Amino acid sequence: MNNSEKKRMNGEAEEENEEDVEDEGRDAWERTYTDERSWEALEEDESGLLQPIDNKAIYHSQYRRRLQSLSATSAASRIQKGLIRFLCVVVDLSKAAGEMDFKPSRMAVIAKHVEAFIREFFDQNPLSQIGLVIIKDGVAQSLTELGGSPEAHIKALMVKLGCAGDSSLQNALELVHDTLHKIPSYGHREVLILYSALSTCDPGDIMETIQKCKKAKLRCSVIGLSAEMFVCKHLCQETGGSYMVALDEGHFKELLLEHAPPPPALAEFAIANLIKMGFPQRAAEGSIAICSCHREAKVGEGYICPRCKARVCELPTECRFCGLTLVSSPHLARSYHHLFPIEPFTEVSARQLELSRVASKTCFSCRESLLTPGAACTKCKQYFCLDCDIYIHESLHNCPGCESRRITPAAASATMS
Amino acid sequence: SFSDDVSLLVVLIDTNPFFWSTSSSSLNFHQFVSHVLVFLDLIVRLSQLNQIVVIATGHNTCDYIYDSSLDTDQVTGEGELPALYSFVLQRLEEFVNKDEKLGAKQEGLSEKRASSLLSGSLSMALCYIQRVFRSGPLHPQPRILCLQGSPDGSEQYVSIMNAIFSAQRSMVPIDCCYVGSHNSAFLQQASYITGGVYVKPQHLEGLYQYLATVFAVDLHSRSFLQLPRPAGVDFRASCFCHKTTIDMGYVCSVCLSIFCKHHDKCSTCGSVFGKAQLDAASDRKRKASES
Repeated sequence: MNNSEKKRMNGEAEEENEEDVEDEGRDAWERTYTDERSWEALEEDESGLLQPIDNKAIYHSQYRRRLQSLSATSAASRIQKGLIRFLCVVVDLSKAAGEMDFKPSRMAVIAKHVEAFIREFFDQNPLSQIGLVIIKDGVAQSLTELGGSPEAHIKALMVKLGCAGDSSLQNALELVHDTLHKIPSYGHREVLILYSALSTCDPGDIMETIQKCKKAKLRCSVIGLSAEMFVCKHLCQETGGSYMVALDEGHFKELLLEHAPPPPALAEFAIANLIKMGFPQRAAEGSIAICSCHREAKVGEGYICPRCKARVCELPTECRFCGLTLVSSPHLARSYHHLFPIEPFTEVSARQLELSRVASKTCFSCRESLLTPGAACTKCKQYFCLDCDIYIHESLHNCPGCESRRITPAAASATMS
Repeated sequence: SFSDDVSLLVVLIDTNPFFWSTSSSSLNFHQFVSHVLVFLDLIVRLSQLNQIVVIATGHNTCDYIYDSSLDTDQVTGEGELPALYSFVLQRLEEFVNKDEKLGAKQEGLSEKRASSLLSGSLSMALCYIQRVFRSGPLHPQPRILCLQGSPDGSEQYVSIMNAIFSAQRSMVPIDCCYVGSHNSAFLQQASYITGGVYVKPQHLEGLYQYLATVFAVDLHSRSFLQLPRPAGVDFRASCFCHKTTIDMGYVCSVCLSIFCKHHDKCSTCGSVFGKAQLDAASDRKRKASES
């Protein structure tokens, strides 16, 4: 038994820094034997020769399981997706965020992954807005206002934010409640708290604040970095959010990115509205106008509000003069794949492929030969390789087989009935 | 090893007979194909490592025509025409016949606005490019060139936008040389969003010149050229109810469908406007049970 194992058994919460371990006489290569047991990753094939693990097969089966569970839940409950989200991300910068169990420190890891999260969030929810809040010295402050442009938030995160003092969950909730109170009724109000501390230092009754948030229809989720806390669990249960505790950096990143796609919009939370929006044309190259955001003369490269003809520099935005929400149709179109999702493909074994009448055993979309299990679309019956299956469902959202078919209106109504 | 000026060019050729037979332009389908063939030959001659893939966009189907990296598509031999030309011409003819046969059962199609299946060939091209990305760290720089003449099919709006965003995420530029009569809003948006080039040649008799000067150069060298800039990209949306282009409309806050007029209910997601959806859903249940 070595020193570090003894420490863990004694219940000491000692961080294992590089220096500490080396002092004990264990080098990195020794640690791979005791901690990582790399020999367990080897496999033998039938003739006893060593063979690396077929990561691809594992990856594919994980992907299929994920896809099945996703389609099962959405079909079962007919959940609609809330697509205009107003999310406040609360980062706990109390003393606990300086802990180094996440290398180099919890704070650095959080900043790095929140940046990736912001980009992914705006990619998936182009009309939504994010606001950043930090908790430091027992007080909550707004780092950035609610806004739709990722750059402003990322810039604010990159500044060296120190961590100090206690964390106060109630102050954060109060601040977030006031911020999100002002948004239009069609928006979904969400809060994501990244909590490092193990306690909360509150000026009043946090249970009251939690009830206030519940009444205001704020969906609060928490990702804890140390251990599970009752108050966080209670908050999430009351408001309908999710509470997870990250085990390590990889797990934290996964949990964080789970909040990027739209959550199933619980039907009672938002009122459906028809929002009047404008789709401005891009101004021609060389046209000169005074832009309404900077009050300067600009050449080309802008958009013209269809209602009042004012020039704006970027989209999405609200026209300063007539108040019309201006978006470009691609902003909305980014979310359309949620409305028209493609069905998961069925798995096809090598045997089934042999038996089928397909002449060339190649993937329909990329023309690679189909070796091991493939996948088939239930509608167009074409065969695809597993890599294309993953790409189609996770990024492209179009089935190439279905798109390469002309369906007449008569045939379409026949299939629907 | 690959230097950064090696291209993988995926060309999507529009063979839609409804466009080519009604087109009043100075270019017919055979002349069009001959300009394109000379251009493909140019790409191959610019660098031994350049790769070309040709996919045909038909009216009823799409298919691969030529892949320079396949053993089965290696063309050699002397003859009146370079071997590449006769190979591609033959494959194109086979494709056009297949496309026609597949449409034999349709009646009552308005010939004027018949679109091609651009979303199909775009999706296939993107899957092929993903396969090239998977093949390893050394691969040519991929891009897509659409040689399109058919008008935009509004029924393909969502699929084409999905393909465009996927191309943007993979950093694959979509170029377009549009030979139809009115500009294609879809392809203008595609080029703008993915960082490609959109050109609508004024003089179609000189199509080869446009192709050679704008689209033959690899991506890395494009920064040294003055490429045509769009005169103004049409970002207007089409309303879900009539498919007409609008510049101001109403958007459902639940599903983001676009309508040109105020409605009480969203036809895509069924949400009743002004009411919390749970109340609306229970109203529907109540009405169903009453009737």
